[in-house]
Amino acid sequence: MKDIKKIEASREFKSLVALRWAMAGVLTLLVFISYYGFILMVGYSKATLARKISEVTPLGIPLVVAVIIVSFILTLVYVFWANSKYDTMVEYLRKSLDH
Amino acid sequence: MPSALGQPTTSGILFFLLFVGISLAITYWAARRTKTTTEYYAAARSITAFQNGLALAGDYMSAASFLGIAGMVALKGFDGMIYAVGWLVGWPVLLFLVAEPLRNLGKYTFADVVAYRLQNKPIRIAAAIGGILTVTFYLIAQMVGAGNLIKLMFGFSYETAIIIVGLVMLVYVLFGGMIATTWVQIIKAVLLLAGVTFLTLLTLAHFGFQPGALYAAVAAKYGQAALEPGTLVSNPLDAVSLGLALMFGLLGLPHILMRFYTVPDAKEARKSVAYATGFIGFFYCIIPLVGFGASVLVGREVIGTVDKGGNMAALLLSELLGGTPFLGFIAAVAFATILAVVAGLTLAGASALSHDIYVNVVKGGRATEMEQVKVARVATVFVGILAIILGIVFKGQNVAFMVGLAFAVACSANFPALFLSIVWRKLSTAGATASIIVGALLATTLIILSPTVWVDVFKNPAPIFPLKNPAIVSMTASFVTAFVVSLLVPEKEAESRFEAEKVRTYLALGAE
Repeated sequence: MKDIKKIEASREFKSLVALRWAMAGVLTLLVFISYYGFILMVGYSKATLARKISEVTPLGIPLVVAVIIVSFILTLVYVFWANSKYDTMVEYLRKSLDH
Repeated sequence: MPSALGQPTTSGILFFLLFVGISLAITYWAARRTKTTTEYYAAARSITAFQNGLALAGDYMSAASFLGIAGMVALKGFDGMIYAVGWLVGWPVLLFLVAEPLRNLGKYTFADVVAYRLQNKPIRIAAAIGGILTVTFYLIAQMVGAGNLIKLMFGFSYETAIIIVGLVMLVYVLFGGMIATTWVQIIKAVLLLAGVTFLTLLTLAHFGFQPGALYAAVAAKYGQAALEPGTLVSNPLDAVSLGLALMFGLLGLPHILMRFYTVPDAKEARKSVAYATGFIGFFYCIIPLVGFGASVLVGREVIGTVDKGGNMAALLLSELLGGTPFLGFIAAVAFATILAVVAGLTLAGASALSHDIYVNVVKGGRATEMEQVKVARVATVFVGILAIILGIVFKGQNVAFMVGLAFAVACSANFPALFLSIVWRKLSTAGATASIIVGALLATTLIILSPTVWVDVFKNPAPIFPLKNPAIVSMTASFVTAFVVSLLVPEKEAESRFEAEKVRTYLALGAE
């Protein structure tokens, strides 16, 4: 119990938590920008989405695919970061708790 | 075009029996491995990230995604694609905000997390009610959809269809628990992804594998407008509100959240979201091609004649391109889709009743393993029979409204309390309980006063609440309630326990 308090108060743990939420916050913001950006474009600027990029295909169709791909890429970014960097830091802190 | 839709075909019944047979065999195998509560609720935490990714995708891709979006694109063009995007974008947010804490703090249900440092009884009751409400609305939508679809596909009566779905699902959940339910989801997800990919390839083959040629054919037949945004998003505020409900509703769906307990640790939980997002994203990228293909090759008029909502577009297209056997296969896949989603929902509802209410509230956390599993099975039978009855009672109701309500309640009642319990030291029992109650009541009331019910169902001339989805108001109100009530009724005990919770949240100390 004393260890838990010590860990919680430690600088390493605080920066770990701060880093985790900074990462999650930035990535969430990017999802928001891409998705609500798209929705607001549908609401306020239909002409942009209707602009043709080839013979008939309008910009809107690749944009839909792009929002989906961006979501997937952001997911991968987080998973790779968390499963390597974050977990290494977690491991380090857990070890220091054992001592 | 004469169609075999609406009557039981040999191939349809064969594929149907094959699927049910294989999944019952798995249930039999799973039943022999399901003795403890961890096995019953969490598949003994033995599911790999890849398997769980498929199972999550299976839980999420309901018949509404498959048949509904294909039909919407077929009849309305580009507007259908806007929906497809909204159904996906919650996944990364789920990963960033709640997946890990959920895995590190809880055991079987999301109420474990909310109740972690608050007073067990009031929180369990409130969180379980939020969870059960969400599951029930979602379940009604799935059952009503199932009844109508199976009636259209095989020609059974509506009631027969509901009873078949209810009973087969009950066997999976009752005997196999989470292990069987997970495997049913995995099989269904693989069948769905394979079937739709094949259907897309058959469609594109008609256009020299050039999506551009397909779009050109759509434009030639229905005009360029079919490829452009139409009337769906006429009110941007409404669209943003719906987007919020879809995004944060996912973070409060009990049957999805439950899946994070089936993997061994947070690392696997994260990976499973990446797999799920990949599968679901791929699916939503190709399903519009099926819809556009159906509108060109089958024609809007034929699709609309068979079913006004366009739900049969994918099936008609598969019959046209692959004949009756392929129709049989896709029909069986649609059936499997419904069955699997209903099974996942039933297990989530039963867990809330047995684990949260019975074991933790009634028995104060003291119940033997045998007793817990027994109660879980009794709760499952109860939820299963309730699903059949509700499915029959709500015959003919608007399914979209029920799904909207489920997502609105999930994002307003479940998500704020769950999220704040993880990140906010000062959240108190009173604050969390009030937030859940206000979120659930407000979401339900506003949906009833919205255009979807007040005008479409009750036939009033004008809605009292202008937005079709209340999330932007009800979710905000739920957060504000949590803040205000927690500050007015603070809880020293909960604040002091926050440190231990925090260490466990981020370092997974003592996580099961």
